[in-house]
Amino acid sequence: MADVETFEHDVLVIGAGGAGLRAAIEAAAGGVRVGVVCKSLLGKAHTVMAEGGVAAALGNVDDRDNWRVHFADTMRGGQYLNNWRMAEIHAKEAPARVNELEAWGAVFDRTPDGRILQRNFGGHRYPRLAHVGDRTGLEMIRTLQDHAVHLGIDVHMEVTVIALLTDGNRVCGAVAYDREHGRFRLFHARAVILATGGVGRAFSVTSNSWEYTADGQMLAYNAGAALQDMEFVQFHPTGMVWPLSVRGLLVTEAVRGEGGVLRNSEGRRFMFDDIPENYRSQTADTPEEGWRYVQGDKNARRPPELLTRDHVARCIMREVRAGRGSPHGGVYLDIAWIREKLPNAAEHIRKKLPSMYHQFKQLADIDITSEPMEIGPTTHYMMGGIRVDGDTQMTTLPGLFAAGECAAGLHGANRLGGNSLSDLLVFGKRAGEHAAQFAQRHDAGRVDAGEVDRVARAALAPFDRVAGGEGPYDIQRDLQVMMQDLVGIVRREDEMRGALDGLAALARRVSAVGVAGNREYNPGWHTAMDLPNLMAVSEAITRAALERRESRGGHFRDDYPDKDPAFAGCNIVLTKGTDGAMQLVRQPIPPLPAELQQAIEEQKA
Amino acid sequence: MSAATFRIWRGERGDGRFEDYPTTVSEGMVVLDAVHRIQSEQANDLACRWNCKAGKCGSCSAEINGKPRLMCMTRLNELDLAKPVTIEPMRAFPHVRDLVTDVSWNFRVKQKIQPFTPCAPQAADGTWRMQQRDVDRVQEFRKCIECFLCQDVCHVLRDHNRHDSFVGPRFLVHVAALEMHPLDTADRMAELREADGIGYCNITKCCTTVCPEGIAITDNAIIPLKERVVDRFYDPLKALVRLMRRETRDERRETS
Ligand SMILES: Cc1cc2nc3c(=O)[nH]c(=O)nc-3n(C[C@H](O)[C@H](O)[C@H](O)COP(=O)(O)OP(=O)(O)OC[C@H]3O[C@@H](n4cnc5c(N)ncnc54)[C@H](O)[C@@H]3O)c2cc1C
Ligand code: SF4
Ligand code: SF4
Ligand code: FES
Repeated sequence: MADVETFEHDVLVIGAGGAGLRAAIEAAAGGVRVGVVCKSLLGKAHTVMAEGGVAAALGNVDDRDNWRVHFADTMRGGQYLNNWRMAEIHAKEAPARVNELEAWGAVFDRTPDGRILQRNFGGHRYPRLAHVGDRTGLEMIRTLQDHAVHLGIDVHMEVTVIALLTDGNRVCGAVAYDREHGRFRLFHARAVILATGGVGRAFSVTSNSWEYTADGQMLAYNAGAALQDMEFVQFHPTGMVWPLSVRGLLVTEAVRGEGGVLRNSEGRRFMFDDIPENYRSQTADTPEEGWRYVQGDKNARRPPELLTRDHVARCIMREVRAGRGSPHGGVYLDIAWIREKLPNAAEHIRKKLPSMYHQFKQLADIDITSEPMEIGPTTHYMMGGIRVDGDTQMTTLPGLFAAGECAAGLHGANRLGGNSLSDLLVFGKRAGEHAAQFAQRHDAGRVDAGEVDRVARAALAPFDRVAGGEGPYDIQRDLQVMMQDLVGIVRREDEMRGALDGLAALARRVSAVGVAGNREYNPGWHTAMDLPNLMAVSEAITRAALERRESRGGHFRDDYPDKDPAFAGCNIVLTKGTDGAMQLVRQPIPPLPAELQQAIEEQKA
Repeated sequence: MSAATFRIWRGERGDGRFEDYPTTVSEGMVVLDAVHRIQSEQANDLACRWNCKAGKCGSCSAEINGKPRLMCMTRLNELDLAKPVTIEPMRAFPHVRDLVTDVSWNFRVKQKIQPFTPCAPQAADGTWRMQQRDVDRVQEFRKCIECFLCQDVCHVLRDHNRHDSFVGPRFLVHVAALEMHPLDTADRMAELREADGIGYCNITKCCTTVCPEGIAITDNAIIPLKERVVDRFYDPLKALVRLMRRETRDERRETS
């Protein structure tokens, strides 16, 4: 094709969130030529929105914390479906990765003795989240961005990758378009790192932005790499529910970490009503003990509001369904009550949760220092994704690496808050390091010009149908509503079968989608190109969720409400068959080494 | 539900005009919601930037009824809906299409500013110690979401087009965050005066007024930096004292 511009990099990083930037920094340190592409401007990736903090067993606030406890917490949170090697590496390396940010200029909140302050978060035994108020993600992405721009990395902003290129059994490049001109670009690379984030846009109520259309997962899948754990979508318990226009917007867990409590319409703290057996010994018996815990009393146990997200989200759903919800279909989250306990409560809340204060004040006319918030579950995070090797982050396709939210393994069936930001740093670094090594050991592969041509032509097809074609936005919305209804927080066989039929019907509409206007900065066209990925990821989630006939972590089946030992030791792995159809297998998880098993047992005591 | 009209700038590379889009609006909506509604129902190809919809990413900057603001944080109930609401791209940057402008200059400017350069770690475990009160000010500056609204409103850039000799308020805030960072050792005084062009700022405070993060850009960042520059270059006695202090500090660092 005449208008394809070619770029040469040793390592191509797709994505400029925390994982992509950390990978690029490390690859550049490995002495190779690095290019980064991202759909938005630099510094605007999802990572910027992260609020509560980054988990690392620094032990600054409670010196009983160490990697073994962090490891055990992560495994328990993930219901032992985690890639235990990743959980081990993550727990061991996160402290060094966080300290390194400080060397690059990050300014975390401080302890009285001048070290990095850490806060409580759901599922973490000790205060573990390094943070900056409730804008930790901004601090992290800005630090990485400002560090990276001085390392000679080429950054391609507002460029979207639409296909990976392979040469035999390895990756050799990618095809993309730039938003501004709508022109195609060919990236020729020896190694490619996917760091594209999540899939939230497949659902109607989400904390995720337009960028989260499962691109990385589907680029990998289409190129022949395997996916796993796609049934595990995290529904965060606290999203805004009112006004409608902000429905889904995240309310950070830090609100509960700072003492916020959940109440139903009758004023009852319903989280005390259902405490899972495996967390009972670590959970407060009384509201008084819970308060002492958030105040840092080492002898107190955590309040039930800080149980894992999957559990809290389901308890909220239960209250709403039982008719004990708030006027707009949520429940109440109250931080203002701490007035009873602290003399300067309002000021304390504004200092600790500035952006939450701001968000509610500006968007909902609610002053969280004096009134409760109305909240409900929102689609938040994808535990599943691209299957990788725990040490190197290489996918099942040689030369292709994945890190951050688009990769799977670390979080198993449910992610603990704060474990994503640390995931980005730990595995971003590893992916960068190993991709650079791969690039040094291998030549550039050969690009098939015909394939580039086919990709470009398919991308332009919606323009040819402008007269008769349906616009992309309606299709996207119908897909989101269907997925939220049929494959959301509570799932059932018949509903999910219905979703598969629905997907087939939507597929016919997608193949007839038309867009108006020209190729320059045309969001209608971009939305049309996102549709195939959203459709494919929806199918992957639905098929995996159908296959797992039990309830575990983020995956809850009304028709199989309990855990089933038959599913305890396996991941569901998905690949694209030679006929183009989705293949599913149950892949047994290798047994845990004795040392790691012991780390888990220690914490059960 | 009620009705409102949005008068949106449409066109490419400066060649544009306002077009009116009547649409329905409901309780709690922000300007970005209206733009999205229009985009999905009437103008699929209407170009705009956004990501977080929560005032955290700084993507959705525009001029609403002539004022530089974030579209996602501007509630419709603050605006007079009896008249059309005008939405235009930021005018201090080259136009790309509809509400999108070319802000790449900002990224190039930052690259030229000397990066963070830490002193040696102070603790045996290779980490640093900083007191909260010593980082409060730096944290204020680090709240910046790079929306570039302050750049848009600053007359030195907007009216006088000094993009080649003035970095603008955003990057003075950036320099202030580095200069006031307790661990930083680099010296940016010469670059502030020359390459950054701090002298162009005549303290009109327009930038502070539009900052969605409420950063006291002029009072807390620019004025203290101006004072440092003056001290350094125009007060020989203070400059000498500072030089000696710096030397003793460096010696201490080498021996520690
Ligand atoms: C509101 C909110 C709050 C959160 N709070 C926390 C928290 O407190 N602690 C925590 O640990 N986690 C938190 N999370 C989760 C965490 O922020 C994300 O999981 C994490 O930031 C993902 O980082 P990433 O680097 O994998 O991807 P992202 O930061 O999402 O970056 C993805 C990048 O890939 C690019 N990209 C995507 N597709 C393409 C393509 N086709 N071509 C080119 N580029 C592409 C995007 O443009 C972007 O640059 C939060 C998430 C949300 C939404
Ligand atoms: S105070 Fe200075 S930087 Fe800010 S708008 Fe005025 S001239 Fe520009
Ligand atoms: S200083 Fe304020 S107005 Fe300027 S870019 Fe940063 S957040 Fe925006
Ligand atoms: S969309 Fe992020 S600031 Fe408006």
